[in-house]
Amino acid sequence: MSDQHEAEPAAAPYSATTTEDTGAPASGEPGGRQPLTGRLIIQTFSEGNTVVITILAIFVALLVGAILIVASDPVVLRAWDSFSYAPGTALSATWDSVAAAYSALFEGSIFSPATVAAAFHGGSIAAIFYPLSLTAFEATPLILTGLSVAVAFRAGMFNIGAAGQWIGGALVATWLGYAVNLPIVLHAIVCIIGAFIGGAIIGWIVGEIKARTGAHEVILTIMFNYIMYNLLTFMLSSQSLMQAPHQTNAVAPNIASSAMLPHVGGPPPQVGVGFLIALAAAAATSWLLNRSTIGFQFRTVGASPSAARSAGISVERVWVLAFVIAGGLAGLSATTIVQGQTAPLTFNSYGTYGFDGITVALLGRVRPLGVVLAGLLFGALNAGGTVMEAATGVPADVTNVIEAIIVLLVAAPPLIRMLFRLRRSRGAGAQAVTSKGWSG
Amino acid sequence: MKLELRGITKRFGSLVANDHIDLVVQPGEIRALLGENGAGKTTLMNVLYGLIQPDEGEILLDDQQVNIHTPADAIRAKVGMVHQHFMLVPVFTVAENVTLGAEPVRGLATPAIGRVRSFRLPSLGLLDRRRARREVRELSERFGLRVDPDAMVEDLPVGVQQRVEIIKALLRDARVLVLDEPTAVLTPGETEDLFRIMRELRAGGRSIIFISHKLKEVQAIADNITVIRRGQVVGERPPSTSSTELASLMVGRSVQLRVSKEAAQPAEVVLDVQHLSVHGERGEQSVRDVSFQVRAGEILGVAGVQGNGQTELCEALMGLRPATGSVHLDGTNLSHASTRDRLRAGIGYVPEDRSEDGLVGDFSVADNLILDVYDQPPYASGISLNLAAIRKSATARVQEYDVRTTSVLTPAGTLSGGNQQKVVVAREMGRDVKALIVSQPTRGLDVGSIEFVHKRVVAQRDAGAAVLIVSSELDEIYALADRIAVMYEGQIVAFVPPTIEEQELGLLMAGGGGAATDAEPPDTEPPDTEPPDDAPAAAQEPEQP
Repeated sequence: MSDQHEAEPAAAPYSATTTEDTGAPASGEPGGRQPLTGRLIIQTFSEGNTVVITILAIFVALLVGAILIVASDPVVLRAWDSFSYAPGTALSATWDSVAAAYSALFEGSIFSPATVAAAFHGGSIAAIFYPLSLTAFEATPLILTGLSVAVAFRAGMFNIGAAGQWIGGALVATWLGYAVNLPIVLHAIVCIIGAFIGGAIIGWIVGEIKARTGAHEVILTIMFNYIMYNLLTFMLSSQSLMQAPHQTNAVAPNIASSAMLPHVGGPPPQVGVGFLIALAAAAATSWLLNRSTIGFQFRTVGASPSAARSAGISVERVWVLAFVIAGGLAGLSATTIVQGQTAPLTFNSYGTYGFDGITVALLGRVRPLGVVLAGLLFGALNAGGTVMEAATGVPADVTNVIEAIIVLLVAAPPLIRMLFRLRRSRGAGAQAVTSKGWSG
Repeated sequence: MKLELRGITKRFGSLVANDHIDLVVQPGEIRALLGENGAGKTTLMNVLYGLIQPDEGEILLDDQQVNIHTPADAIRAKVGMVHQHFMLVPVFTVAENVTLGAEPVRGLATPAIGRVRSFRLPSLGLLDRRRARREVRELSERFGLRVDPDAMVEDLPVGVQQRVEIIKALLRDARVLVLDEPTAVLTPGETEDLFRIMRELRAGGRSIIFISHKLKEVQAIADNITVIRRGQVVGERPPSTSSTELASLMVGRSVQLRVSKEAAQPAEVVLDVQHLSVHGERGEQSVRDVSFQVRAGEILGVAGVQGNGQTELCEALMGLRPATGSVHLDGTNLSHASTRDRLRAGIGYVPEDRSEDGLVGDFSVADNLILDVYDQPPYASGISLNLAAIRKSATARVQEYDVRTTSVLTPAGTLSGGNQQKVVVAREMGRDVKALIVSQPTRGLDVGSIEFVHKRVVAQRDAGAAVLIVSSELDEIYALADRIAVMYEGQIVAFVPPTIEEQELGLLMAGGGGAATDAEPPDTEPPDTEPPDDAPAAAQEPEQP
């Protein structure tokens, strides 16, 4: 039900607030004609709906990335020095360089034609799927933190604290992983549940403080990030707490192999159970938001706290519950790293998953399916970036710039409309969500 | 200045908001534009003010064609507009507000570099507050617009804020003044003041376009009435035209201006409120020791000038605001119940501000129709929503309540005000309720929608609900109430029968009732108040402590 606005691009041409004042298309007669498919597509493009804007944003970001690739390639730069007398050389060198980098990116993240050819000559068919499995692996934690941010967004709140909640989950999962002895499947499940609870507790504290005192969740979550970063270092630096024995570094002990998340599909390529957890979490979140009474409360509070109150919904309870679930999802993100990799938990294991979750959620228009797709895109860029750096020497950081530009352009649709001279669109999804998140 | 609009046409997609509209306003004329919400009045005025570009048509001022593309063009052409929603900075004084954008400065002149092309630096120099104040005072005196130039706008009542907007337009020498639904936010007294000001302005040779959908006001003030329906001018009438004729022109069919209802058949007490006190936003006591009872099958109308505690009273009854005292529904004590429990106990609630509290604009009509029953069967089983049932019931109710919408999935915020209110009414009256609390149910609605809402309220009463209706429109109180409670400064100062003279009721609402307005809040009921003849003994006003 939540997808109505996007599914109905031809609805009323004016946004909610203006109609009454302009006396414009108020009720709309029931006989409103359904435009033909062809016209619909043209209309969609000319008015720049959100999907089109996202696609164009990716395109522009790749163009900017191309400039960086060229700038990082000494051969091309030299060719450009002699542009005046050998322009062809400069242009072809540019093309070669960009094409090589982007094909490496593509081959490293999605699929490589060479593996197909090899498979025909008796090579491994499974190898064809190896790049995709890397993408899925990279995408897993991002999808989960993205869902965490999205759930809070839908309830009208900005969860900057996925990083802190991630650590909460990681600490519990790690401790359960090495300090408890359980049979194989059960152990992993206990750790997963523990991680969910660990993240949920951190989220719950934030939600509870907000509900009781009215403090803004952005400030609370940022502060909780600091608390959790340092709590993690503290825990991993003391032998009496969680530091691995005989270690001077801030490292936790390895978790028991019985607690590790297994892989599905034998030797590489293989899909980690973590990825399946992420997909299941996305499906569950989607159901929760769109098909459950809890989600109905979340969305009502997110869209209009005062209307929610008048309808008998406890806004404070929704705040708390939304943060509990958001925290739990961020905690799940931690399990996919803690239990999905052989490396032990360290003082900086949290990486940038929490903050990337915000960008993934925004790019995915705070809808679970969108978050999965956005997570996969970022996963692909991360996976491909490593391969690209190895193959062509272009720094993998270029992919981070591409990611940032995509989100930047999606968050500011007028930029894309200006670049491509699109007409004004009706709903600026992410934009509206962002402003609401702040006001909540 | 003479204003002429020729063949103005504006389309929004397939909808024609203005269809070849011609309008001539003579200097010194008050012209009323009468029409339902969504008829295209505001669109037309937005065209005149440069906020919307017409697809066809031209604008002539004093027989000269003018091009108005932006509000700045309109101001230059001496067209002024007072919007429905004021454009004032609350924390600025009156003088600061009216000079905003045209600040009088002294001392340093604006540097030339600041004027390059359209990019202008803010003018440098010292704000000439004294001149600003003087100009405001001069204008106030000339047109009888009493305003203190040094008052902070946020401290002023709505009626005075509106005067500030008018002064703002006059300060820019507006010769044609457009007032968009100016009375929607005013009390009867303030409306009278506004009309006096409008007459002064007319005497000064200004042309005024007065947009309204209230027949009485239009008849009282306009020199000529242009009726617009569905984007077309359907008639021009003198103000002497009967209300019935104007209403039929507006709506396109004959309408009942006052719903017919049988005499009330009050039964047992359903809603029993005793010694209710509520604190307002700033900690002041906004409802003071209010007690009343509403019986099944009767409508108690709460009359009062807005801001005398009615809003807080309704919110307290719904558990949206902490209160002391007791609230019983059918003998069940709800004094400390949550909003949810009160709704579940059988209270229906139509909040005062439908777009803010009654609806979620981004939600579909279907979702809005279950906003406070989303977790009840058949809409939910356990925590799972039953989308099919939600949609099915929405489709049925959209039909039953004649909500004009393209589909039940259309966002409610895109509907017209009348249709939005129908959604709220369909939700609150479409289920079994023992008591109904209805606050300003027809504010901003057109004649047709008012008729509809009133009929529904009476139908609820006849079905045995106890109805409490709060309204600052006296017409509405008279049309619906079986008994009237008058609220003044947080207290119910009188219970009167609906046969009371309008003047007398107005006096009670102003805290008078013969006594001086500054006197202590009356300890006993005013002398001219009589218990309603047909009201049962138990429903007579309780003792004031």
